[in-house]
Amino acid sequence: MAQTSVSTNQQDEIIFLSPSRGWNSLKLMEIWRFRELVFFLIWRDIKVRYKQTALGAAWAIIQPFFTMVVFTIFFGRLAGVPSDGVPYPIFSFTGLLPWGLFTKALSDAGRSMVANRSMITKVYFPRLVIPLASVLSGLVDFGIGFVVLIGMILYYNNLPGSGTQISPTIAVLTLPFFILLALITALGVGLWLSALNVIYRDINYIIPFLTQFWLFVTPIAYPSSLVPEQWRWLYALNPMTGVVEGFRWALLGVETAPGPMLAVSTTISILVLISGLFYFRRMERTFADMV
Amino acid sequence: MSEIAIKADRIGKIYRIGSGLGVTSDSIYYRTLRETIAEKISSPLRAISGKGRSLELVSESGEQPESIEQEHTIWALKDITFELKKGQVLGVIGRNGAGKSTLLKILSRVTEPTVGTAEIHGRVGSLLEVGTGFHPELTGRENIYLNGAILGMKRAEIGAKFDEIVNFAEVEKFIDTPVKRYSSGMYLRLAFAVAAHLEPEILVVDEVLAVGDAEFQRKCLGKMSNVAEQGRTVLFVSHNMSAIMRLTEETIVLEKGKLVLRAPTSQAVDHYMASGLAQVGERIWQSGEIPVQAAPFKPVKLCVKDIDGKIQDTIRSTKSCLIEIHYQLEAPITGLRVGIYLLTARGEHVFTSFDTDEEEDFEKHRVRQPGYYISRCVIPADFFNEGRYIIGLNASSYRIKRYFQDEYALTFMVDAAGAPGTHWPETRFGMIRPRLDWKIELDDDLNIQYTNVSSRIKKPDSVGETRA
Repeated sequence: MAQTSVSTNQQDEIIFLSPSRGWNSLKLMEIWRFRELVFFLIWRDIKVRYKQTALGAAWAIIQPFFTMVVFTIFFGRLAGVPSDGVPYPIFSFTGLLPWGLFTKALSDAGRSMVANRSMITKVYFPRLVIPLASVLSGLVDFGIGFVVLIGMILYYNNLPGSGTQISPTIAVLTLPFFILLALITALGVGLWLSALNVIYRDINYIIPFLTQFWLFVTPIAYPSSLVPEQWRWLYALNPMTGVVEGFRWALLGVETAPGPMLAVSTTISILVLISGLFYFRRMERTFADMV
Repeated sequence: MSEIAIKADRIGKIYRIGSGLGVTSDSIYYRTLRETIAEKISSPLRAISGKGRSLELVSESGEQPESIEQEHTIWALKDITFELKKGQVLGVIGRNGAGKSTLLKILSRVTEPTVGTAEIHGRVGSLLEVGTGFHPELTGRENIYLNGAILGMKRAEIGAKFDEIVNFAEVEKFIDTPVKRYSSGMYLRLAFAVAAHLEPEILVVDEVLAVGDAEFQRKCLGKMSNVAEQGRTVLFVSHNMSAIMRLTEETIVLEKGKLVLRAPTSQAVDHYMASGLAQVGERIWQSGEIPVQAAPFKPVKLCVKDIDGKIQDTIRSTKSCLIEIHYQLEAPITGLRVGIYLLTARGEHVFTSFDTDEEEDFEKHRVRQPGYYISRCVIPADFFNEGRYIIGLNASSYRIKRYFQDEYALTFMVDAAGAPGTHWPETRFGMIRPRLDWKIELDDDLNIQYTNVSSRIKKPDSVGETRA
């Protein structure tokens, strides 16, 4: 909306309402003012999810864990996919963890505007709060999954005769960066999808397809070393490649340290985020009428 | 206190109408990619063959549309200009679809105006609905915090008012129970309580008082008048004329998206009531006034007729009258009930009645096939008191869907000439004026008994006297 707020001496805020056209400013300060709402929405998402499901928080473990089991059987054992010298279960779980964070954030954010229709049509708040909260609420599941990963690493380290010793190096400190990169990518794509979903409900069908497709172009079940050298650059344009490789590098010490390609994929994520923000703000004015 | 709180300057809002269906501010409208693609493909074609289409339109409406766009749009609000000073309480009244909700949505920033500007001085709290964002799985306590945050309260603010909110809602015992286990009354009380403790400088309220039982409504009204007394600026929409009269000094009347009157409340209410006169005992729904969700139910008209079958605006209380509901069904509906609410001019319910209230009729019309229907009822003579009454329409399938509702469909006058008690020129209180079968009789037997009893009471005295 094209409102401009002017604060005068007595904190008497003046809001000007007028039809807006074209691109709007992002007004990120306003999001900051509504940070408590973001917190409450995240809190609601998590609370409701764990109250409504019989297994509650266990789902945060079950999902990646069983995917890991399936991957280990089919890719690791039957297909003999290499895993860069790390036990395959740990190899795939390290990829599935950030992947789970990413897909959950992406699909929740993509559906968030439609799911919160009743709020959007009745109360004013910066609409960006909704997809933002959806993306961030995935962090709790991620945290739980992370504990499981540590447990798995300890288990394999102590397994007699396995010979693998995974010990974290200083590179672990770069993990927050990769988590952030996954969140930025998810939010960027999620913003595009959520705004489009208000107008075109087809997005609901596109989301599962998109995440499935994306899974195969990300090195989760296989190492990126399988990708032919001449196609690596194209492959690395996918920000999630950078995230998953970064995770393995930071935690397991395998694969090469992130190179210039990471800078490229980070730039791409940031561009997607910025364009998503602007597109979202542009469409925002129609949300209450269209959703 | 002459500072300006709200200044609206020629605000207008256009809504798109899709595929010939009416769209009100509340209707859900979205499209699929397929529709857009189809539109994009056909629009160049339409531009070529567009002439034929607009010609058609000219013959229908007699005026040339400015652009193709206009075929699909409706002005929900047009040219609204007004000012509201700080501390003023302004009522907004108008029929369904007059643009009241749209106006409040614009002022509370939920939606943008299509044209015009507005200036709002101060924090706006909007109460367009109670319980926005309430989640059934969360407890009362959790919902208070969540709902408060959605309405724009700070966590500390909610914490400070928490006990007060719980007290107002009278849900102390159930505060840690998920609200899905609450009775509907408790749920509403809690939802309203949170909203009522908002403390913005400007409060925008839409019809939220129309829910709950009478006791609850009384309580809400009390709370609202407190808010008004505290010198906050309030914009208040309601169908309940007594609430409007109690809470506001000044009121604006909206008609078909336009502001037609701003006057002291009593005058505005009179105008609004009298505007029902224009329809002379008959209310006809235009296709634009029927929300998309009403389908397959399509109200045609509602009218009040005298016993001879003539449409009347004023009926005699001493004669019976007919109320007719005309409607079309475009598809079969199971368990449909079509009925009326009858209200006094002040918005108090007199009764509610449906065409399938008799179980036999309900069985007989279990599935109503498509077609044009008339549901008709007779209101007996000597029922109404004098004055103006409001008829609302409701078509629903119990616990399944409410197809259509218009709480203020039509008004009519009742003339009490010749009614019981009219030989005394006094105002009779009450909503109804029944001719009761009074009998006055002189009862000789009881007269004798009563005389005996009263004489017997004296006896002990006399006994005592003889003993002494």
